[in-house]
Amino acid sequence: MSCCAPGAEMALEVAEAASAASAAPSSDEIKLASRALDGGCRQTDLSVPSVHCAGCIQAIEAALAKLENIDSARVNLSTKRVSVRWRGEQVPPFFATLSRLGYQAHLFDPEIQEKDRTLSELIRAVAVAGFAAGNIMLLSVSVWSGAEGATRDLFHWLSALIAIPALAFAGGIYFRSAANALRHGRMNMDVPIVVGVSLAYVMSLYETINHGEHAYFDASVSLLFFLLIGRTLDHVMRERARTAVNGLSRLASRGSLVLRDDGKREYLPVAELVPGLRLLIAAGERIPVDGDIVSGYSDLDCSIVSGESAPKAVGAGAHVQAGTLNLTGPLTMLATAAAKDSFLAEMVRLMEAAEGGRSRYRRIADRVSALYAPVVHLAAFMTFLGWMIASGDWHRALTIAIAVLIITCPCALGLAVPIVQVVAARRLFEAGVMVKDGSAMERLAAIDAAVFDKTGTLTLGRPRLINASSIDPTMLAIAADMAAHSHHPFSRAIAGYAGYSGQPAVESVSEHPGFGVEAIAEGNTWRLGRRGWAGWKARTGGEGKLGGYGGTVLSRNGNIVACFAFEDALRQDAKATIRQLKDAGLSVDMLSGDTAKACGEVAKSLETESFVPALLPSGKVEWIEALTRAGHRVLMVGDGLNDTPALRAAHVSMAPATAADIGRQAADFVFLRESLLAVPLAVDVSRKAGRLIRQNIAIAIVYNAFAVPIAVLGHVTPLIAAIAMSASSLIVIANAMRLQATAKTVPEAAPARRRSDLIGTAHP
Amino acid sequence: MTTLAYLIPVALFLGALGLSGFLWALRSGQYEDLDGAAERILIEPDARDSEGRLSN
Repeated sequence: MSCCAPGAEMALEVAEAASAASAAPSSDEIKLASRALDGGCRQTDLSVPSVHCAGCIQAIEAALAKLENIDSARVNLSTKRVSVRWRGEQVPPFFATLSRLGYQAHLFDPEIQEKDRTLSELIRAVAVAGFAAGNIMLLSVSVWSGAEGATRDLFHWLSALIAIPALAFAGGIYFRSAANALRHGRMNMDVPIVVGVSLAYVMSLYETINHGEHAYFDASVSLLFFLLIGRTLDHVMRERARTAVNGLSRLASRGSLVLRDDGKREYLPVAELVPGLRLLIAAGERIPVDGDIVSGYSDLDCSIVSGESAPKAVGAGAHVQAGTLNLTGPLTMLATAAAKDSFLAEMVRLMEAAEGGRSRYRRIADRVSALYAPVVHLAAFMTFLGWMIASGDWHRALTIAIAVLIITCPCALGLAVPIVQVVAARRLFEAGVMVKDGSAMERLAAIDAAVFDKTGTLTLGRPRLINASSIDPTMLAIAADMAAHSHHPFSRAIAGYAGYSGQPAVESVSEHPGFGVEAIAEGNTWRLGRRGWAGWKARTGGEGKLGGYGGTVLSRNGNIVACFAFEDALRQDAKATIRQLKDAGLSVDMLSGDTAKACGEVAKSLETESFVPALLPSGKVEWIEALTRAGHRVLMVGDGLNDTPALRAAHVSMAPATAADIGRQAADFVFLRESLLAVPLAVDVSRKAGRLIRQNIAIAIVYNAFAVPIAVLGHVTPLIAAIAMSASSLIVIANAMRLQATAKTVPEAAPARRRSDLIGTAHP
Repeated sequence: MTTLAYLIPVALFLGALGLSGFLWALRSGQYEDLDGAAERILIEPDARDSEGRLSN
C-alpha cells in the first residue's frame, strides 16, 4: 500500500527496538497497568510501534472490537498507541489478537500518558496572538496609508482593545517565565521581550489617549506571535521525541507472582513486594527485587545490570539482582530486599547524587541575554537622558527611548536559538535520534571526550558464533535444530545456522536450564550445552558443577563432537563510529563492568586502546568526574542500569533504544536504530547547529547595530519598526534552514536494518 | 466613515468566529491524532458511526 511508505521506516525502527521485549505480559500485569473509568469500565493503553497506515487502523480496531467485553478500541496513529476500553474481571486477549495480526504491542504506563497541557496552551496562545496580530496589522496599514483625525483614533482604540487578550493570554507565557527568572536572580531572553512588549503597549495607549500619531500595537503583538511560533515548534519537536521514547517497551517488571505459604498465588505490584515473600519467576521475566534462589535452575542475562555479556547459570542458593532477565527455566526465589532497597533503587540514588553537566549548564540564549538586556536597557536610558538634555521635552525623549527598546526587542534573538534547534532536532529525528532536552544539542556541541559502555552499547549484548566455518556442517545443523528449542542467547546464535537438510531429525528435545539442551536422534542421545554436562564421558575435574566454566559443546552419547566459540557481536558500525569520533578530535574511552578479557577482545576489534574493565557503577561515575575535573566535557553513551548514574554525571548522554528504562529517562539523546553511527551524526549536527546559532546571534546583533542609531536619532516610525523586525526574523529563520540543506550533503547514516518479515507482517 | 461603523465589527466578528472555531476544534481533540485523521479517510465508512468509531 503506497500510503505506508512515509513513516513506515520510522515505525520499523521503533518496532525493532521494541522487539527486544520479552513475552506478552500476564493478565495480572495488564490489570495492574490499566486505569479504572466510570461504570466498571477499564482502560488499557498499549504502545503499538508498527501501526502506520489506514489498513493498520482498520485491522486493529475491527479485530479488537470483535472481542468479548471490549467497549471500544481507538488507534492513535500520531502517537502509535491503542487505547482499549474493556469491562469485566477477565482481561480480553488483546495481546494475542494483536500479535496474530502481526503487531507487537506492549503495555504503556498510564502516568506517562497525561495530556500535554503545555502544547495546547501554546497552540491556543499562537491562535489568539495570530488573530490579534492580523487584525491590528490591518488597522495599522490603514493608519500608515493615511487615515487621520477621528478615524485614526478609532483604529488605535480598536487596536488597543484587540491587543489586550493577546497580551494577557499569549503574553502570559512570557510574563510568567520572565518573572520566574527574575525571582531567582537570573536573566533570560524573556525579560527584554516582556519589557519591550509591555512598554510598547503602555506608550501606544498613552499616545492614543492623547490623539497621537504613532502607536506600536502591531509591533508588540506581532512580536509575540513570531516568538510563540518558534516556541511552539520547539515544543512540538521535543514532544515528538519524548513520545517516541516513551513508546518503547518497558524493561523493568511491574509486579510479580507471589507464592503464599498456603499455596495461593497472587500477583503483586513491585512496590508491594517485601523481604520474605516467595516469588515465582517464569522464563522470560525479569527479576523484580533482589533475592536468593530457593529452587530451580536457570540462566540469567545480567548484561543490562552489570555489563557482563555472558549469561550466568544459577541454581538454589544463588543471589540474584533486580533487573536481571531469567532466560531458560522457572525459578522460585525469596525476596531479600524491597523494591526501594533493591539494586535499581541504589542506581536511582547514585544517579540523583551525581550532579551532571545538565544542572550546571546555562543555555546560550540565557547567557546572551544576560549581556544583551543590560546593554539595550542602558542604551534606551542614555537616549532618554540625551534627548532630555538636548530638547528638554520629556514626552519626546521618552517616546524615542521606548522606540529604541521596541526596535531592539530581541525578536530575532529570541528566534535565533529555537529555530536552529527545531531544524536540527528534525534532522536527527529523521535519522532515528531523539533529542529529549533543548540544551542537549548545545552541550553535545561542546564535548571533547566520549565514554562508551561496552555491553549493549558498543556490542549488542548478543553472542555470535565465531567458529562456524570450522565445524562439520552436519553437526552444526543438528546443533541448530536443537538450539531452536531454547531461548538461551547461545542457542539463538547457533539456531541462526539452520538450513542444511541432510542431518538426522531430532526428537524429544528437552531443555535442562543451567546446562543445555538434550535430544534423541536416530537412537543417539545428543546434548548441546556446557562441556561438563554434555561431554559426560570426557569429564574432567570441576567442570561438571553448575556454572562451571567449560565452553559450549555438542556431544553424541557423551562424546564431544563439536565445540562452539562465541563472542559478543559488535554493534553495527561500531568501528567506524570510534574512528569518526577520533577524527573529530574526541578522546574515546570504554568503561565496562565486564571482565578484562572480554573488554580486551572488544577493544582490539575496535582498534581502541583505552578501556577500563570490571568497574562498579560508582566507578564509572568517578571516572567521568575525574575527566570533568581535568577540564573535559564528556559524552557518555551507555545502556545498562549500571550506566545510569554515569549518564547523569556526564556533560551530555546518549542511550540506545534497548537501554534500561531509567537509562532512557536519564539520557539526553536516545537513538532508535541499531547503527552506532547515530553518535557521530548527533555530534556533527549539534556542532553545525552551534555554528548556525552563533551566526544567527551575530545577525541579530548586526541588525541592532544598524537599527539602534536610527532609533536613537528619533527616526523610527511604527512602519519602520514593523518592517525591520519582520525582516530580521525572516533572515534568522532562513539561516536556520540552511542546516537542512547542508545536512543533506552529510553522508547518511546507514539505513536501519530491514527485516522483510516485519514489513510483511505489518501489512495484514 | 459610516461604512466603517459596520464593516469593522463585521470583520472582527468573522475573525473571532474563525478563532473560536479553532479553539473549539482544539478542545474537542481534533488535533490529537493528525496522522490518524489523514489516514482514516481511506477507511470504508459503512461500518462506522458519525465519530468514525466502529459501530459494532
